[in-house]
Amino acid sequence: MSMNNQGRPSAIPAGAASFDGVTGTVTGNRGLQIEEPLIFEQDSAGRTGVDLPDVPKVASRLGAVKPRARVGLPGLAEPQVVRHYTRLSQKNYAIDSGFYPLGSCTMKHNPRLNEKMARLPGFSDVHPLQPVSTVQGALELMDQLAHWLKTLTGMAAVTLAPAAGAHGEMCGIMAIRAAHEAKGDSGRTKILVPESAHGTNPATAAACGYSVDAIPATADGRVDLDALKAKLGPDVAGLMLTNPNTCGLFERDIIEIAEAVHAAGGYFYCDGANFNAIVGRVRPADLGIDVMHINLHKTFSTPHGGGGPGSGPVVFAESLAPYIPVPYVTHGKDGFALVENAGEGPAFGRMKAFHGQMGMFVRALSYMLSHGADGLWQASGDAVLNANYVMARLEDVLTASFEGPCMHECLFDDRFLKGTGVTTLDMAKALIDEGFHPMTMYFPLVVHGALLIEPTETESKASLDQFVDALRALAERAKSGDVAYFQAAPRLTPRRRLDETAAARKPVLRWTPPVAAEALAAE
Amino acid sequence: MRYLPLTEADRQSMLEAVRATSVEDLFRDVPKAARLAGPIGGLPNHMGELEVERLLGSLAAKNIPAGSVPSFLGAGAYRHHVPATVDHLVQRGEFLTAYTPYQPEVSQGTLQVLFEFQTQVALLTGMDVANASMYDGATSCAEAVMMANRVTRRKKAILSGGLHPHYRDVTTTDARFIGFEAVALPAAPTGGEDLLALVDDKTSCVVVQNPDVFGHVRDYTDLAAACQAKGALLIVVVTEALSLGLLTPPGDMGADIVAAEGQSFGNALNFGGPYVGLFAVKDKYVRQMPGRLCGETVDADGRRGFVLTLSTREQHIRREKATSNICTNSGLCALAFSIHVSLLGEAGITQLAQLNHAKAVQMADKLAAVPGVELLNDGFFNEFTVKLPKPAAAVVEELAKRRILGGVPVSRLYPGEMEDLLLVAVTETNTDADMDAFAAALSEVLA
Repeated sequence: MSMNNQGRPSAIPAGAASFDGVTGTVTGNRGLQIEEPLIFEQDSAGRTGVDLPDVPKVASRLGAVKPRARVGLPGLAEPQVVRHYTRLSQKNYAIDSGFYPLGSCTMKHNPRLNEKMARLPGFSDVHPLQPVSTVQGALELMDQLAHWLKTLTGMAAVTLAPAAGAHGEMCGIMAIRAAHEAKGDSGRTKILVPESAHGTNPATAAACGYSVDAIPATADGRVDLDALKAKLGPDVAGLMLTNPNTCGLFERDIIEIAEAVHAAGGYFYCDGANFNAIVGRVRPADLGIDVMHINLHKTFSTPHGGGGPGSGPVVFAESLAPYIPVPYVTHGKDGFALVENAGEGPAFGRMKAFHGQMGMFVRALSYMLSHGADGLWQASGDAVLNANYVMARLEDVLTASFEGPCMHECLFDDRFLKGTGVTTLDMAKALIDEGFHPMTMYFPLVVHGALLIEPTETESKASLDQFVDALRALAERAKSGDVAYFQAAPRLTPRRRLDETAAARKPVLRWTPPVAAEALAAE
Repeated sequence: MRYLPLTEADRQSMLEAVRATSVEDLFRDVPKAARLAGPIGGLPNHMGELEVERLLGSLAAKNIPAGSVPSFLGAGAYRHHVPATVDHLVQRGEFLTAYTPYQPEVSQGTLQVLFEFQTQVALLTGMDVANASMYDGATSCAEAVMMANRVTRRKKAILSGGLHPHYRDVTTTDARFIGFEAVALPAAPTGGEDLLALVDDKTSCVVVQNPDVFGHVRDYTDLAAACQAKGALLIVVVTEALSLGLLTPPGDMGADIVAAEGQSFGNALNFGGPYVGLFAVKDKYVRQMPGRLCGETVDADGRRGFVLTLSTREQHIRREKATSNICTNSGLCALAFSIHVSLLGEAGITQLAQLNHAKAVQMADKLAAVPGVELLNDGFFNEFTVKLPKPAAAVVEELAKRRILGGVPVSRLYPGEMEDLLLVAVTETNTDADMDAFAAALSEVLA
């Protein structure tokens, strides 16, 4: 079998696809696991899945540009397309079908009410450049969402523009830079980032032209306050800290950290990816944070659809409130108005086209209204209780990295696997056969072979118990020396372990028509 | 609290298991001064499903949906008919509620979709390879410039006056904070700018748009060759992806990078987002490309499968040395794009593009026949610019009172400039009656 067949189907010789001693089927299918070729391999030339009106007979007016001859797309009727995507969907794990304990990623229930609201034509079918007199409801919704975000964080201002969390980080660091520039303070070239930070934090700081200086963690999984203080000085523009941090712990010294950063003339950026642990219970402004992004798709349940879209509004304390990007909603004399262009003031340019991820705003507000202040209090409490429960039920078989209580996620490392020959990755793959999406592995980097588990508030005690029982049994099995079992996992999935090294060594990133592919292979 | 499964009895037994006296006790690491004693003030308590529907429904009712009136708005966001099948499939929970495919064995659905999406984008743009989507067209454009800076090790970008001003602004915002030079030419409503004269040995790229923001279609073949001769890359931006069904694609003109907005396929207007950024490059730049990539490989049984690949460029491996800080993509919007393109197929996309163009030709002729209106375009796809005898913003406001969304005043995009210019977009959703109503209403307003 060649490693690389240019997007063409692998030949599956009858009987070759063996599975636990069971011979393969003629079709390559396994019961309900259907092999689905690429859409390009199902072409019937000339076929289409839409009915369109005839094209009016007019002379074309394309100027100097020639009409193209061909795109190269396949043609399929509607039922073929429906079946293709339905079959593909069945090869996916999702929060609707099972427990998804990805730490640091927050996979909670995605209520369908939110989807219904986002599809109201008054929201989904409005153009971003309609006259503002015709979109007053959309602007009012953005204003309400802004009110919720400011109230929940205690902050003075918010921009809804950023398209995702990392985009929000970029916005926050730009605001910090703009504020230093406005003061004529050009000597601040450095951003401090703890070792346990999300990779986007150092990437963002570096992209904005700062050098990144890492702060080590203490033995109890927090920022080393003394090390931090030693690094603070007139060259530090700010600190980027995640709180609760990526070890699942609350930074106990956070108020002292904020004071130290401020005393040194820097700003305090908080990565708000873990805000769901404290939402409705702790206001970030009360901790001394100057600026923080909020992932609507994590804290406020907007679905992340296989990796996006996201939405990353950023809240600003008084200190940075003037330095926000356009556009934003204001109260004008005839209702709501939109400020779409940066004027003379300190507000800086633009982060994306139009006004932000409106579809996500509708979903987030729908979720906020459904929970209310009382529900959010309960939700963050349940998220933390669930994580502590998982930790308590596992700590005698796995090795907890730090002493609790944890916040909304709990962290283990691979010491419990020492000498077994089984790796964290093997454990994760064995969990898949048990019907669970694995937890986050090998992150945060501050512990070896990390397993970071985040249950969220929408899991029942019964689902947690089932997961814990499975993980306990696997841990016992690993300790019993059954290495082969783990190394062969997963066995029951549409695909077994995939060769990621081969994929990276000679990347095949698209389908190529068979003739072209053969020519390529012959080169 | 219908979203919370724990019962009071569950909570009590779980608290015993964790040896805590109360949930509040688990928050004991939070400094006391910052701990709220109960639910936060200033916000309402929870609502039932019916109440939420009523409240959000009342807000939605204050907007005029574009589809409820004759609508001719474009300028980077286009109202096309999306087949019912697209939204139905997108809402399958296995797509909607999945996360980034970090575990490929249980994410082959998402991964195969991304592989097919990459192929569709490469075919449409005429480029070698595409990534698995960016946030939107504007951020895709800014990332393209940053990529050109990396590839050429130069730090000056030339932005055409035909580039959508939002795209220009996103790029110049990045230029200010990230530290490169972006030379933006003045708006060119009738075209005619000598981009090549500005290219020097510090120029990393020239950014042009096709059709440009005023609707002009252009052939950039000569510009591509000239840029190449000077060691600069040509970035072609496309805001109306459907145009790729009819026009010579940027790849055939010699573009190095294509940055586009894919909203036109499968994605509703949504008041500006979420949309889907397209990003395609020549083969030799693959490892400099930002964003996610899905690649083909084989599994332990030798069967074809897909994984996220080349992640060594990315923030979660390279951290401060990463190619870009981008982490999220537009997975679900890319899925909608992909399904719509699959439904259209070769025959459908060609016909849909021809239909859009033909209707736009009809509309342009109707408007040009209105006294005082002048058409500025010789060549266009489905959008064009007209010059009015009055400020366009006031005209559009008057038209809105007559329940016609009659285009985008150019001054909305360029405040204080070109106040008599109006951008008009026409798609397959506009009926003959819509077009006649628009022309008649414009005659009245201008009379």
